[in-house]
This record gives sequence, structure tokens and C-alpha cells, in this order.
Amino acid sequence: MSANHDDHHQAPDGHGRALRLGIGGPVGSGKTALVAALCRSLGPSMRLGVVTNDIYTTEDADFLRRAGVIDADRILAVQTGCCPHTAIRDDIAANLDAVETLEERFGPLDLVIVESGGDNLTATFSRGLADRQIFVLDVSGGDKVPRKGGPGVTAADLLVVNKTDLAPMVGADLTVMSRDAAKVRDGKPVLFTSIREDKGAHSVAEWVVGIVDAWHHQHAHTV
Amino acid sequence: MHGDMAMLLLADSRLPAGGHAHSGGAEEAVRVGAITGPEDLARFLRGRLATAGVVTAALAAAACELGADPAQERWRRLDAEADARISSPAQRDASRTQGRLLVRTTRRIWPSEALDSLAAAVPDGAHHPVALGAAAAAAGCEPRQAALAAAYTSVTAPATAAVRLLGLDPVLVHRLLADLAPALNDAAHEACVIQADDWSSLPAHAAPALDLLAEQHLRTEVRLFVS
Amino acid sequence: METLRSDPPLTLRQTGPGVVHLVSTAAGPLGGDHFELTIDVAPHTTLAVHSVASTLALPGLSRLTVTARVGARAALRYSPEPIVLAAGCDLRVAVRLTLAPGATVFWREELVFGRYGEASGRCHSRFDAIVDDVPLLRQELLVGDPAVDDSPAVYGSARCVGSTLLTGDLPRERHLADGCAVLPLAGPGTLVSALAADTVELRRRLEWGERLADKSLP
Repeated sequence: MSANHDDHHQAPDGHGRALRLGIGGPVGSGKTALVAALCRSLGPSMRLGVVTNDIYTTEDADFLRRAGVIDADRILAVQTGCCPHTAIRDDIAANLDAVETLEERFGPLDLVIVESGGDNLTATFSRGLADRQIFVLDVSGGDKVPRKGGPGVTAADLLVVNKTDLAPMVGADLTVMSRDAAKVRDGKPVLFTSIREDKGAHSVAEWVVGIVDAWHHQHAHTV
Repeated sequence: MHGDMAMLLLADSRLPAGGHAHSGGAEEAVRVGAITGPEDLARFLRGRLATAGVVTAALAAAACELGADPAQERWRRLDAEADARISSPAQRDASRTQGRLLVRTTRRIWPSEALDSLAAAVPDGAHHPVALGAAAAAAGCEPRQAALAAAYTSVTAPATAAVRLLGLDPVLVHRLLADLAPALNDAAHEACVIQADDWSSLPAHAAPALDLLAEQHLRTEVRLFVS
Repeated sequence: METLRSDPPLTLRQTGPGVVHLVSTAAGPLGGDHFELTIDVAPHTTLAVHSVASTLALPGLSRLTVTARVGARAALRYSPEPIVLAAGCDLRVAVRLTLAPGATVFWREELVFGRYGEASGRCHSRFDAIVDDVPLLRQELLVGDPAVDDSPAVYGSARCVGSTLLTGDLPRERHLADGCAVLPLAGPGTLVSALAADTVELRRRLEWGERLADKSLP
């Protein structure tokens, strides 16, 4: 007997499915705000789904639903049992289940965003869950954070430094952050933004459009 | 055979099948003050093992036996036996969610007819012990090994959750788990006494407090665990 | 009523049209006793079984076996007074309820862990309800076992446990209050499950749940 199309247990494979984009970063850096901004910017031109990994219950999912940037049914919340990094790195089963549920219900989709629960600098997404990942820092954590590195800062496909509007107030030097990030990231892109001022996070959205286009090109939909 | 190794993998909390997000009622018990420290936790675990643990072990053993010669209609019947033993809708949902994730994961680790036929027979997710037994069969375990893995995870999940939620000394909590070794063996033994063709008489121990905790948990606004 | 047959110490007495009371003419069950009750409710008929007083399980190993069959479009209400587990008792209860599709059942059971101020005796009960050959509810309760006594997972600090199984045309709604839950089962039925410190509270909680489970109840 072989796997049939009625069950929910297909192995991950890039063909005929959406790009899965992980968004991680420390608590309060603006992950949920970035997800909302991307939904605002990309919603009109892309078929989207969002999976949130809350530390507490469904707060982030509820925020996104209230923000009205995406159809509420297209947001699923995953609970992580006190361990947000486990759910995106070591045991991704519940997140994969949520991603595939969205694709089954609303597919075909162009992009599924998986937002991690706020965690520390070592938390990164498993390649079994996210095809690409963004790591979000904010300037109020201090301008030393990029220099300290950690897998999130060094390995993410895109590093976003948010809340640049606060830099003068917290004494963070954006030039230092930019130079240090470039050093540890081996040429991978870094974008500075203030989502409070740019509600659509347009520079990030433009980068996402680029990777989604490349993904489509590489894995044409067969659905 | 490779049953011993497979049993260890299935019982390991690091098995990537979503188990880390379930507390087996411990989160709500902590919230309502029914578990406040190691003594309460020991009584919680002992009672859980003697009720839900024995039932889950028995269903896993039966599923493991069925996995040797699987048939979709038989999977549905065994799954219905699990349904009849879980009166709380919240617990049935949690059990099916865990079962679905376990099948997803173990089908990639141990591709087999046992797991394919279970996934086809119960596409929205078989009950967790049924899925565990099927995975054990796929991995080459004996029913007794499936029962042990099921009984073991029925107490390790809430124990780990209590460590995280109450900041208990993890060494002390592991000592509590070690103290359960004889009860764990008894549970696995009880699980395997019944003949495979007589699922109706499989153990069906109820835990009314767990049912109430599971239903209350769903109504609690701030939750870290799925169940 | 077609047949009514009983032998002491358990006597059946018809107390109204379609109503039977169980009358215990001696204390017990006592060690060595095996009480058996068989109920057949013919299709399209109605029966209610009550008891005049609670049952006191006395020291020693005793058994209580209840077998009930309820036919199509028939209705059975089984609501005896509680079973009190006196210290030293070792009671085994087996209930097997077989329902035809569309049968309506109200089946209440209450267990009290010892008389006032007394340690509980032991009890192992098993309840199996089958509808149209598919299991609806299988439930065992252990009382007086060191593994479950005082466990916050099983009875907590309660001194009584009770449940009511209802089948028929019922809303599939969940309800919850202190010590009581209304639980729609996977199959065609609802279980009201309650824990309480005493029998008065237990009955109050069960009746609250029963009325929510079946809104046609008074």
C-alpha cells in the first residue's frame, strides 16, 4: 500500500507547495509587527498563510487577526510547551502539521510565514520546517548584539534590524551594527527598518518577493 | 530484532513528534493548585500511570499486535475502542493530534504498511496509543515494548512539564520517575494480558480528575501546553 | 410489565406503571455475596429502576453484576441510590449495557468512599455500554487502591465519584463547573462526570449536568 492523497502525512518536498519562511528573534524585537507588515505589503499580490508559535496561548495570532491584515482563518497558532526553540528546531512536527493544514485548506499558497515564539540568539529554524529564514533584532538590545553573533544572526538568510527610530534614544550606533553584522554574516543581507514608521516594511517585503519568485521558478506548482 | 533500540527511540522525549507540547493535565493541575511540589507530583504521576497509563499501554500493545497484520477496518475498530475509553472531548482531541503527528514522523523513520494503512484508515489522526503501537510494529517492537513505551511517556510528559512550570529540581523529579519502575512494569504486564482478538475487555481505567482538568485547561486563557 | 422475578436479599417491587424499586431486605452485599440484576426493556417501552435506600458494601469480597438490554425506541432510567464502600469491603461491580439504535438511556451511578469518618473499602467497577455493536463507553473505576487514592489525577480530595450516561436526542454541548463536566462522547451519548466531598454535593452536581445534557429533564 502506498501513501494516498487523503492523509496528512506527506514528506517535505519543495514541489507544488508554498515557500516556507521562518521569522525568528528575541522577545519584543518586532517579529509579529514584521509579519503584520509583510501581510499588508504582500497580501494584495500573494496567497498567504501564517503560523504563529506563541509562548503564551494565542496572543500573537489574536494580534494578527485583530490587525485585519489577513483573513483570520489563514492564521494558525501552535503551542510550544514552554520551549519555543524546540518547536522550530528540534521537534517541528506540530508546525509542519499547521503549515500543511493551511496548504490543504487554502492551497495552493505562495508563501507560508512561520513566526517563532520569542527566544534567544541561538534559536534558528530547522531546514525541515523553513526554506528561508529571517532573524529580527532591534536596536534597543544594544549595538553589540550583531558582533556577539549566534546562529540566528550569522546564519539567517536575512537579518532585519528593527526600531531604527529608537537608535538615538538608546545610544545604538547603526554604523557599528551594520559593520559587525556584515563581518559575521559573510555577505548575507542585512536590512535596517522601523516598522513603526514604515507599516509595510517595504525593504523586507521586496526581499521576500525576490525569494518567492526564485522559489516558484525552481519548484513550479504542480497542483 | 531491533525492537529494543526502536522502543528507546519511541519513548525518548526528543522524538520529533510534538510530544514536548503536551503536559497530560499537569499544566492545569499546577494552575489550580493540585500540583504544588514533588509530593503532589508523585501522587499525580502514580495515579496517572494506574489509569490513563495502563489504558494507553494496553491500546498500544493491541495496536502493535495488529500492526503485524494490518487491515484498515481493524484499525478503525481499535481506534473506536480508544474513543470509548476517553470521555473528555478535550482529551480525545489531544490524543488524536498527538497520534497524527506521531504517524507523520514515524512514517518517515520506519516506512511500513502498518503505518500507511493506519494513516489511510484514520486520516484525521488515530488516537495516540494506536499510532504508537502501529509505529512500534513498524519499528520491529513486540507488543510488550510498545506497552512499556506508552506507559513511560504517559508519566514522563507531565513530569517534564512540572519541572518547567514549577521550577522543580529535575534530579528529584527523575528520582520520582525511577520510583515508578515497578508500577511501570505492572502496567505493561497488565496491558499484555488480554488476547488480541478481545479488545472489548482491554483495560478502561478512568481518571475523573484528569477529565475535569483537561476540559478546564481549554477554557484557561494563558496556556503553554496544548494539553 | 412482562416479567418481574427476584430472590432475597434483593427484591424488586413494582411501584408504578413502568417503575420498579430495588428493595434490599438485608444489609449488604457482604463477603461472598454475588448480586445479579438483569433488565430487558422491550422495543417501544419505558422502564425506570430506582432503589429505596443506598447500598452498603460490607467487608469481604462481593460482586454486583448488572446486565441491561434496551430495545429500539425503548427508554430506560436507572438511578439507584449510591453504593457506600464500607471499610474492609472488596466490591466488584460489572455493568453491561447493550443498546439498540435510538434507545434512550439515563444511567446514574454513585460511589461513596466509606461511611462518615471511615476509611474507604476497595472497589473495582467496570461499565461497558455498547450501541448497535459499537462501544460507546468503557470505564473502570478503582477505589481503595494505593495507586489512585489521593492522586490529584484521579479523585483528588473527593470522597465520592459519580457519573450519568445519557443517550437519545441530545445537544452535543460541553459544560463545566466546579467538580462536574458534561462530556459529549465520541459516539451517540453524553457522560456527566462529577467528584464531590459528600453525597449531597455529588447529587447536586450530577443533576446540574444532567439537566444541561438533556434539556427535556425536569
